[in-house]
Amino acid sequence: MIGATGVTNAAPGGALVQFENVTKRYGDVAAVANISLDVMDDEFFALLGPSGCGKTTLLRLLAGFETPDAGRILLAGEDISQVPPHRRPVNMMFQSYALFPHLTVESNIAFGLRQEGMARARIAERVREMLALVKLEGLGPRKPHQLSGGQRQRVALARSLAKHPRLLLLDEPLAALDKKLREDTQFELARLRERLGVTFLVVTHDQVEAMSLADRIAVMNRGAVVQVGRPAEIYEQPASAWVADFVGDVNLFDGEIAAVEGGLVRVATRTAFQMVVAGSAPVGAAVTVAIRPEKFMLLTQRPEARDNCLPGTVSDIAYQGGVSLYRVRLDTGFVVQAAAANATRRGAVVAAGDRVWLAFAPEAAVLLPPGEAS
Amino acid sequence: MSEAPQAGRRRPRPERHLPGSRLLVVIPALWLIVFFLVPFFIVGKISLSQTVIAQPPYLPVFDLAAGFEQLKQDLASLSLDAYGLIASDTLYLFSYFKSVQVALIATAILLCIGFPIAYAIARAPRGWQPVLFMLVVLPFWTSFLIRIYAWMNILQRDGLLNQALLALGIVDTPPAWLASDTAVMIGLVYSYLPFMVLPIYATLERMDETLLEAAADLGAPRWKAFWLVTLPLARPGIVAGMLLCFIPILGEFVIPDLLGSSETAMIGQVLWTEFFSNKDWPVASALAVVLLALLLWPILLYQRAQIRAAEGPR
Repeated sequence: MIGATGVTNAAPGGALVQFENVTKRYGDVAAVANISLDVMDDEFFALLGPSGCGKTTLLRLLAGFETPDAGRILLAGEDISQVPPHRRPVNMMFQSYALFPHLTVESNIAFGLRQEGMARARIAERVREMLALVKLEGLGPRKPHQLSGGQRQRVALARSLAKHPRLLLLDEPLAALDKKLREDTQFELARLRERLGVTFLVVTHDQVEAMSLADRIAVMNRGAVVQVGRPAEIYEQPASAWVADFVGDVNLFDGEIAAVEGGLVRVATRTAFQMVVAGSAPVGAAVTVAIRPEKFMLLTQRPEARDNCLPGTVSDIAYQGGVSLYRVRLDTGFVVQAAAANATRRGAVVAAGDRVWLAFAPEAAVLLPPGEAS
Repeated sequence: MSEAPQAGRRRPRPERHLPGSRLLVVIPALWLIVFFLVPFFIVGKISLSQTVIAQPPYLPVFDLAAGFEQLKQDLASLSLDAYGLIASDTLYLFSYFKSVQVALIATAILLCIGFPIAYAIARAPRGWQPVLFMLVVLPFWTSFLIRIYAWMNILQRDGLLNQALLALGIVDTPPAWLASDTAVMIGLVYSYLPFMVLPIYATLERMDETLLEAAADLGAPRWKAFWLVTLPLARPGIVAGMLLCFIPILGEFVIPDLLGSSETAMIGQVLWTEFFSNKDWPVASALAVVLLALLLWPILLYQRAQIRAAEGPR
């Protein structure tokens, strides 16, 4: 069932895509610098990063629109680095959808099948199947410009899935949709992927999208992969201050290790007194402590414990319905963000100007190598 | 959002009553009536008249002051004699045929040369496009007549072309280029090339190149992507370019007159001769009316293509 290159089935759970030391330069700039990365068979993998981080280049290398300057790209164990795009058993859903404006929805979906020389009757059947899959029955004779944005997105998806690709590349698949539609489509994509057993490789700059869609995420920055892991790992165990800051909100405190106490270290921060954090590092080492806003406990009374309790004053509150975000000016002058669920219907329990204490458990903070957040 | 039109091609359009909107329609309508329709009716009327040696050189001349009876008499004296003459004399028919033939061949050659040029400009690096575009338009900055005279110079027996051919040893005796169909074709292709290149360039330039990537991604090699995507999307430009060339070439006078031979006259030349040499205004007018009728169908095709392009996505 796999296309022209006759790729054999890799062992289930094995690597479907392997980037081996891949580099791609544009002039002097390395868009992708010496990247090695495996994408497993039958997984939903996300490349996450800010614009210009090289994630789209990586996708285009895989689709065959670019060829690597160095390194190899393997698909199911076979080097495809030099295979032209029209011979790769890989299909792509473009960010702009790239629907052929002069062709009907049906002809758009049939385009790839016609290139394979499939019989007319089978093409018609497959097109019907795909239209049903994306719930666009009856819209076959329309032209793309007669469809809404969401419908166009579905046609693009149907077109890219029509050939039964081994691997589907999705370039910012939800970027052009409005928020409500985006959420619906997220679930739809996950459902489709499971049903079809196709490996999805999605490129996105939206960390929420990546986390809710993907089985695994590769976070990219400046042409390099900075962390690969499951969404929870990346959120809770970021590899660097940069990752912590890019994936979700975070408070970062620079400092150095003042003492080591069993599995805990005491960090003298420059901006927020001393903290006790789970982890290990030699005394005197420069570190960054990362604490996510929701890990803080917002207290209106000074607690018993002396450690990990930062006194400050609420400077403003952003009510967001389910949660409220509090900006707290610590007594050191440093401003941190804390989040608290609005568990009751009374709204926020503190008001701007109130005196508060931010408490946190040593395990709630992450000890990171020092690094500037973007 | 509005649903796509299901039945027929009519789309509901919101009625707008902006104060100036009527005027916007009236002005071009007036322009067409005054500068196109009225002259056309005058020409049409002359084509139904008789030649006389007088000033103006035809009869009847309508004079509203002469009264209703006179007007009725004048109307009765109109005839289709001029058209009969055109139909009976093979000289005219041959000229029409010749004109259509020349225009078709020239348009085909223009397409073969113009499309690759337009394609190359559209695919050139962004920074280069304005320069290349300028090069195509540049000839317009000198007078059309001067450029044709320049070609006469080039195509002369001892002109630049023959000098070059002799120098390169391609020919031993200089061939005669002027006063031939080849010379006319060279002149036509040279003069009308921008009219072919510009509309095709315009459609290719705004084509989304990711469409070609999408075609490749779906398994189409380059030549097939060109055939299935680029060419259909460039069609409005191709049609516009062909009509912009075909229509004026059909009635072309200057180029065949200066570069062609006197034996095979195109209809523009015949028309000129009837008007200015033979002073036969009715026949000349009739020739013009028939020419217009000939031109009408490609113009209608052009409009249909434009409507289709307007209905399609930008």
